[in-house]
Amino acid sequence: MSATKKLTIARAMAESLAQEMRADPNVFVMGEDIAQLGGVFGNTRGLLKEFGEERVRDTPISETAFIGAGVGAAMDGMRPVVELMFVDFFGVCFDAIYNSMAKNIYFSGGHSTVPMVIMASTGGGYSDAGQHSQCLYGTFAHLPGMKVVAPSNAYDAKGLMTAAIRDNSPVIYLFHKGLQGMGWLGTEPAAISQVPEENYELEIGKAKTVVEGQDITIVSIGIGVHHALKAAQELEKDNINVEVIDLRSLVPLDRDHIISSVKKTGRLLVVDEDYHSFGVSGEIIASVTEHDHHMLKTPPCRITFPDIPIPFSRPMEEWALPSTENIINTCSKMMESK
Amino acid sequence: MLPTNSQRIWMYRNMLISRYMEERIEAIYMEGKKPVFNMANGPIPGEMHLSNGQEPCAVGVCAHLNAEDIITATHRPHHIAVAKGVNLDKMMAEIFGKKTGLSGGRGGHMHLFDSDVNFSCSGIIAQGMGPAVGAALSRKMQNKSGIAISYIGEGAANQGAFHESLNLASVWNLPVIFIIEDNDWGISVAKSASTSVTKNSDRAAAYNMPGIHIEHNCPDKIFSATKEAIDRARNGGGPTLIEIQTSRLAGHFMGDAEAYRPEGEKEQLIQEDPLPTYRQKLLSENIITYDEDLSLVQETQQLIEKAITFARESEYPEPEEAMLHVFA
Repeated sequence: MSATKKLTIARAMAESLAQEMRADPNVFVMGEDIAQLGGVFGNTRGLLKEFGEERVRDTPISETAFIGAGVGAAMDGMRPVVELMFVDFFGVCFDAIYNSMAKNIYFSGGHSTVPMVIMASTGGGYSDAGQHSQCLYGTFAHLPGMKVVAPSNAYDAKGLMTAAIRDNSPVIYLFHKGLQGMGWLGTEPAAISQVPEENYELEIGKAKTVVEGQDITIVSIGIGVHHALKAAQELEKDNINVEVIDLRSLVPLDRDHIISSVKKTGRLLVVDEDYHSFGVSGEIIASVTEHDHHMLKTPPCRITFPDIPIPFSRPMEEWALPSTENIINTCSKMMESK
Repeated sequence: MLPTNSQRIWMYRNMLISRYMEERIEAIYMEGKKPVFNMANGPIPGEMHLSNGQEPCAVGVCAHLNAEDIITATHRPHHIAVAKGVNLDKMMAEIFGKKTGLSGGRGGHMHLFDSDVNFSCSGIIAQGMGPAVGAALSRKMQNKSGIAISYIGEGAANQGAFHESLNLASVWNLPVIFIIEDNDWGISVAKSASTSVTKNSDRAAAYNMPGIHIEHNCPDKIFSATKEAIDRARNGGGPTLIEIQTSRLAGHFMGDAEAYRPEGEKEQLIQEDPLPTYRQKLLSENIITYDEDLSLVQETQQLIEKAITFARESEYPEPEEAMLHVFA
């Protein structure tokens, strides 16, 4: 067992990047403010000093060009890790993402690879309003050709980053701002975890049961996992034992893992900070019910962001975001209905 | 620098291949589409963007390139693919949607990918530009030889990707060349109605790179005018923007009634068709004889007929093969 140390997600991401860059000269990082500044969210801190400007590239504010450049570099043998500062900015560069990055392997009939990572910050909770607070998990997961991961803690963050960099297919790596361990965005202490110093991969497409329980399966990703864990502690006092599943990956989606849990509990609650309709929560519920709807003792439930732009004002945003309290209330109701 | 005799014959031969290939595609495309034109019918379904008239832009540039050089092409890719050395049999099979095609029928005529000669396309306007910049960056970072060429149409110069990519290529001093094939029409909208400058090459100044305008749709002129830019890119001198005034002899795609063209334009373009013009030039300068020309034509026809036979006789993919190669 190698030595471990306590890291934030930001530092875990940077550590994975540094180790992969040491191991493979074709790995490089580019994006806005990722060099001198070390990334607005701290996940490239220290890289410029060790690897220099050639491999740690500040870009102009030209997402179409530099994400497109990532595609071309990846197809030519490099392993670019490209930062899209806020996932909300995908609007200006989605052609490069979903029409090129995600489709070029297919268009080449498998003759080309696109070993590229896009890392983007997600999530609200700090009054950044409608253009800097979205999750958009479902948007990326919906479109074929991209793997999509979203870690909830530093251990997963490092292992998923390493796996993403080594993957020969494009990976969208979505990190939640509220979990980065940057004080100015609030800090979720449980996202800071012991991380092995040695590098390791976490298999993309594998969910993890973080708390075992008999009564309700709560499926979540990113910050929702932490809300669920807190709810689980409270619910235990009322003798409600929930099982919490951290998806960690949306594409591929670990449907088997979810189904086997629901088989045991008979109840399903999805917690997702992304928008309510046409998204991740609907997909998970459909995956379970189309497998076998007799497994369910109660109708499946979901706690999601309502179908509105994310409001600025504290009371409105806090009301709209999934919370521990919502989860507790919903779980209690689910146990009441027999 | 002028092309050598053998380079001129190479250019002519590739123009012939592209032209004959498209003439045959044009005929085959209509199989099953008469009397009612339905794009999904016939051995070649889907949209079909012919490049006849634009062959000089392909051969004049590709005459300077090797297999290691990278090209990102457009939705109108045949002439460039031919000149870059994309495998003709596999290309034709791809256009037919066959299992033996470049990507086993997953891409079709607008998405031709041949990693053996570093050729790819994007059906989305200007979206080959970023990848070309990235491929050039890759060569620079790996200290590997080879340059990237991004082909676009003149309509693409009004896309954000154009401006972002030029700036990025310039600020990073990358070995990439942007070739604008100006055929004067973005589907039905004339360049003059869509573009604030007469010459897009003037826009190079805004990105601190050389801009070259080539007004002759002639392989020799294009060869000579692009040589310096290509040498500069190979020698670390950075990117160049080149605009070539060319002509689209067909419609935007097959089935286009071309009602937007001013009267007489099409006739004029056909009269200036660069292929017979170049043939005449090579004959009159004694670069080739009539007999040599005849055997070049026959050889071309054999190559294309062989590719068509290959495509026709190849199997369609099993439907379930659609599920393969989403990921590497």
